[in-house]
Amino acid sequence: MASSDMDHNAPHSMGTTIIGVTYDGGVVLGADSRTSTGVYVANRASDKITQLTDNVYVCRSGSAADSQVVSDYVRYFLHQHTIQLGQPATVKVCANLVRLLSYGNKNMLETGLIVGGWDKYEGGKIYGIPLGGTLLELPFAIGGSGSSYLYGFFDQAWKEGMTKDEAEQLVVKAVSLAIARDGASGGVVRTVVINSEGVTRNYYPGDKLPLWHEELEPQNSLLDILNTASPEPMNI
Amino acid sequence: MSQVAVDVPKGGFSFDLCRRNDMLAKKGVQQPSYRKTGTTIVGLIFQDGVILGADTRATEGPIVCDKNCEKIHYMAPNIYCCGAGTAADTEAVTDMVSSQLQLHRYHTGRESRVVTALTLLKKHLFNYQGHVSAALVLGGVDVTGPHLHTIYPHGSTDTLPFATMGSGSLAAMAMFESKYKEGMTRDEGIKLVTEAICSGIFNDLGSGSNVDVCVITKGHKEYLRNHLVPTPRTYVSAEGYKFTKKTEVLFTKITPLTEKVVVLEGGDAMEE
Repeated sequence: MASSDMDHNAPHSMGTTIIGVTYDGGVVLGADSRTSTGVYVANRASDKITQLTDNVYVCRSGSAADSQVVSDYVRYFLHQHTIQLGQPATVKVCANLVRLLSYGNKNMLETGLIVGGWDKYEGGKIYGIPLGGTLLELPFAIGGSGSSYLYGFFDQAWKEGMTKDEAEQLVVKAVSLAIARDGASGGVVRTVVINSEGVTRNYYPGDKLPLWHEELEPQNSLLDILNTASPEPMNI
Repeated sequence: MSQVAVDVPKGGFSFDLCRRNDMLAKKGVQQPSYRKTGTTIVGLIFQDGVILGADTRATEGPIVCDKNCEKIHYMAPNIYCCGAGTAADTEAVTDMVSSQLQLHRYHTGRESRVVTALTLLKKHLFNYQGHVSAALVLGGVDVTGPHLHTIYPHGSTDTLPFATMGSGSLAAMAMFESKYKEGMTRDEGIKLVTEAICSGIFNDLGSGSNVDVCVITKGHKEYLRNHLVPTPRTYVSAEGYKFTKKTEVLFTKITPLTEKVVVLEGGDAMEE
């Protein structure tokens, strides 16, 4: 009893894999959906891609409370900024507001964010804002605990001038690879595509994702696994 | 009279007792435990609205200090909140936000919305960085529809179709994950909530006693206090406790005390 109470007082953190990728004409943001409190999965279907403005979204990782509060403040500031400016905010402004909060409160906050969107001046842009509050404008950005497994993958697989479908498939493949290897990432894969035409949200449930090395087919019951013949003898 | 040199305190808070507590802790004396609600609290969305459920055991360390406490707190006529964690924190924070919501209702002239309660709670909890140990399941029906949220002590929130919190949350979530479906009727929903709380009551040491249920629909709410009593007190005798063998009187001896009254003859007359 006491130990499970301690777990609920453990900070609600998002183990997470978050990705932002630019393509020819816009950006694709992707994330898993697991929020953990210690070793318990508090929310297996969370939405880590939060809206800041109509054309800019942010992927959240790290402490759930800190990232929610930062994105709420930035959404509020951007709302005022949009009214004062008289036109949609640029992605650079959104990213800078996030950076000001992250860097200015670096001792208190523990959150890594990826800001991505489309505006008419610069087109699709991705900005990575990791733990200390650095602002990095990048062609693609990865974050969260699952990103450790993706650095090599992206170095090999990312290329300039991809189409929208190529970029989205790359993001889905990358998140599912990270989910396969990282215990703190899991659930479904959510993607958000932002371009001049608008915003499209997509959702890939666990059983629609490709399987990787030694993963099992989704089963209805463990008894089915016992009944099916083993695929091939184990190699020693 | 000799002069006694006393340090007159300069005012402000005296930290002497804090130093004493530190000294005692170093010597191995345990701090007294405070009242927690071990707890299983749940919420789910059904076709007409939201159903909240809670057990009724409050614990102080290993002792059950309240066998029938109320963990489903009133926030607004259309919003209720279950609380797990330190009982004082959950009571205080829900009372505070309930008052803030009422002032807001007077100010705006409208029915309160669940997201308003959510934002007020999460702001307060984030400001205290997790030291206000309140883990809440907030549910209600407003003009925008039924809503169910969980709020963690550090101030993060989740929006879910079914949710559990507290030490018994794993047992209750197991029931929900296997039996929940969308668009349940009122009776199906109450049955599932009761099963989930019972799972917490029987399998978690920090939860027990009775099941409270609260059903909130558009324009109507039902607070079913002690909806189920799965652990009734069957040993209580109707006549009360009776000693089986009477204590026998063997013999009686009365010893009067000698009187010690001194009567003064004469003496001074009373003067005014």
